[in-house]
Amino acid sequence: MATLTDPPQPSFHFSQLIYDTRYRSLTIQVVAFILIMWGLFELVTNAIQNLSALGKDFDFGFLGNRAGYDINQRLIEYSNDSTHGRAAFVGILNTLLVAFLGCVFATILGVIAGVLRLSKNWIVGRLMTVYVEGFRNIPLLLWIIVIFAVMTEGMPQPRDFRGEDAEASMILGQSVAVTNRGVYIPNVVFTRSLGGNEMSEAADGVPAAVIPAVSFGDWALFLVALIGGIVVSGIIGRWGKAKQEATGIRPPGLFWMRAASVVLPAALVLIALGVTLDYPELRGFNFTGGVHLRNSLIALWFALSLYTGAFIAEIVRAGIMSVSKGQTEASSALGMRASWTMNLVVLPQAMRVIIPPLISQYLNLTKNSSLALAVGYMDVRSTLGGITINQTGRELEGMLLLGAFYLATSLIISAVMNVYNNSVKLKER
Amino acid sequence: MKKSVFLGTLAIAGAAAGYASAQDGGTLAQVQERGTLNCGVTTGLTGFAAPDANGEWQGFDVGVCRAVAAAVLGDPSAVEFVPTTGQTRFTALASGEIDLLARNTTWTFSRDVDLAFEFVGVNYYDGQGFMVPRELGVSSALELDGATVCIQTGTTTELNLADFFSSNNMSYEPVPIETNAEAQQQYLAGACDVYTTDASGLAATRATFEDPTAHVVLPEIVSKEPLGPLVRHGDNEWGDIVRWTLNALISAEELGVTSANVGEIGGTTENPEIRRLLGTEGELGAMLGLDADWAANAIAAGGNYGELFEGNIGEATPIGLARGLNAQWTDGGLLYSPPFR
Repeated sequence: MATLTDPPQPSFHFSQLIYDTRYRSLTIQVVAFILIMWGLFELVTNAIQNLSALGKDFDFGFLGNRAGYDINQRLIEYSNDSTHGRAAFVGILNTLLVAFLGCVFATILGVIAGVLRLSKNWIVGRLMTVYVEGFRNIPLLLWIIVIFAVMTEGMPQPRDFRGEDAEASMILGQSVAVTNRGVYIPNVVFTRSLGGNEMSEAADGVPAAVIPAVSFGDWALFLVALIGGIVVSGIIGRWGKAKQEATGIRPPGLFWMRAASVVLPAALVLIALGVTLDYPELRGFNFTGGVHLRNSLIALWFALSLYTGAFIAEIVRAGIMSVSKGQTEASSALGMRASWTMNLVVLPQAMRVIIPPLISQYLNLTKNSSLALAVGYMDVRSTLGGITINQTGRELEGMLLLGAFYLATSLIISAVMNVYNNSVKLKER
Repeated sequence: MKKSVFLGTLAIAGAAAGYASAQDGGTLAQVQERGTLNCGVTTGLTGFAAPDANGEWQGFDVGVCRAVAAAVLGDPSAVEFVPTTGQTRFTALASGEIDLLARNTTWTFSRDVDLAFEFVGVNYYDGQGFMVPRELGVSSALELDGATVCIQTGTTTELNLADFFSSNNMSYEPVPIETNAEAQQQYLAGACDVYTTDASGLAATRATFEDPTAHVVLPEIVSKEPLGPLVRHGDNEWGDIVRWTLNALISAEELGVTSANVGEIGGTTENPEIRRLLGTEGELGAMLGLDADWAANAIAAGGNYGELFEGNIGEATPIGLARGLNAQWTDGGLLYSPPFR
């Protein structure tokens, strides 16, 4: 059958832009683009007009003004004399803290629940189903408030711990106090700190923050020792493997050498810095000393983790089920144990399916952390987007900054996770 | 191809929706056209503004809303009450969602000037206080070093609290809270040792407790909190109406005009100021662009200032606030309305 060619085009008519299917889609796209741009332009000019009609200017100068309010949980030095910009930064760190803790806990929970949901044990499998469906299908805000209410209403007040026959007592060998204002746990302090013992200084005027930033240098030293030890352990491992391959004999005590190279330097640093635990103690109205995990942090952290964990469990289950049953059978045919099969065969392949949706769960968790407002957790939404906006009346500027922050955070999380995804994904050649 | 058509339609619809028309006419014209007054109140503070068992809003601030509605529309029930929190109130007013904010709002320089609002007067002279459970045995706010303090965010009390504790070299742990009801629940659960807000708010909150005597309001008043209704900056006509409605309520008490006698006293009295106030003489109503009996309507709505005070928050009510600074200037208080002439 012969192919018909188009008749030669005499000339171009404007009507072709609408009636000719070759040009029509282009025309519509151009028109749509112009309309969208025009719409955006109108929105922006409308906002500018209304703002000027209200006598408001657009200015970020408020970030440099004195904030005047206090924030209970702060990871860096902050007082009511600090600026609004610093208050926003304190809030950002609080957001990142709860997002990080939440992501870690949600992942652990999700992986365990996802694997157990596939368990052949009926009770374990059904329990995990109840967990997943229960948390997935009830709004996150409710869980946050439920956990907060349980902590606030159900736990004893600090003053119940007082006296000889106190109504409440500290648990875990008098080291942890669970109160209706939060949980007080022992804090790690260094008596021979590098930067001088600043704990005593903090006790004078500035109230101690959730994690005193005083021992930053000490912790850095500890981390350096720990990472150095891990690197040395890796070198020993490679040396052992080379020797085994060359001589056929595995050097004796290889495991202990590697363990010692990780633990010893870190332990030495801790001893040299005079590490000790600072226990919480009831003094005045509240417990002092130790680390104060506020109810708001606990409620937000657990609710976010449990809620997101339920979604992650389903993602993990889907990932595991996506690995063909033949892989498991082949691995058992090779004589591998069930745990090896899961860790060495199934999970590495499942990861390729798990990682991309996991990224969006992490993003969800980070953005959901702005529900902190409901329990008075001082995240960036509550400081910059709440009190600062309210005290300065800069809604537009504050909300834009807030949007920019969440956008940047989400993009960074996705970028990092994409790098990881690229490293585990199927290498196609 | 189909997608492009869809996108194109979407873009047109979006552009049409985004093209908001500018508001025209003043607030007065808008209220009259709408037939109701949108009045911003608290989310619930007994005595000042809270819905009663029948869902009717009652209270001292509600009285101001009803008086303005009566003056403008002749009907004290033509009010749409919009509950606002400390954080949402200013946005609600600035955006035009409400015409008037009557919500224990402190008159400060920056709110008046920088946020571009118009405080029309003061309907309650207040100050910030502290409430603690009696069993703590605290008798002065200076003994509160290290205490956990519940505080409503987005309020001036938040800033006063920070100033008070740092100027007295004390430390504290703030527990930020959104509404008065939440604060009450946290305070009663013992999640904070102290609740701080305006002293009138403390009295109102304490009145709703199961056992009010188990809680004490400490003697220190740490700030000046002149509370009053406010409107948007720039609409002076509307600002005048709200200002003079409030003044009418205050003058009415001074002149002895009550909700009981407001009907006939305008015709019977010889006092020219009462006659001008109630519109039986002069053109004051017309100057505001309202009916001649605007003030009479406002007073008839819930009574004069004194009646509103005694009926909602006065000593005969569970809240039990004394007049104190809020007495007429003739009785040694601060209430002083400019003359009606």
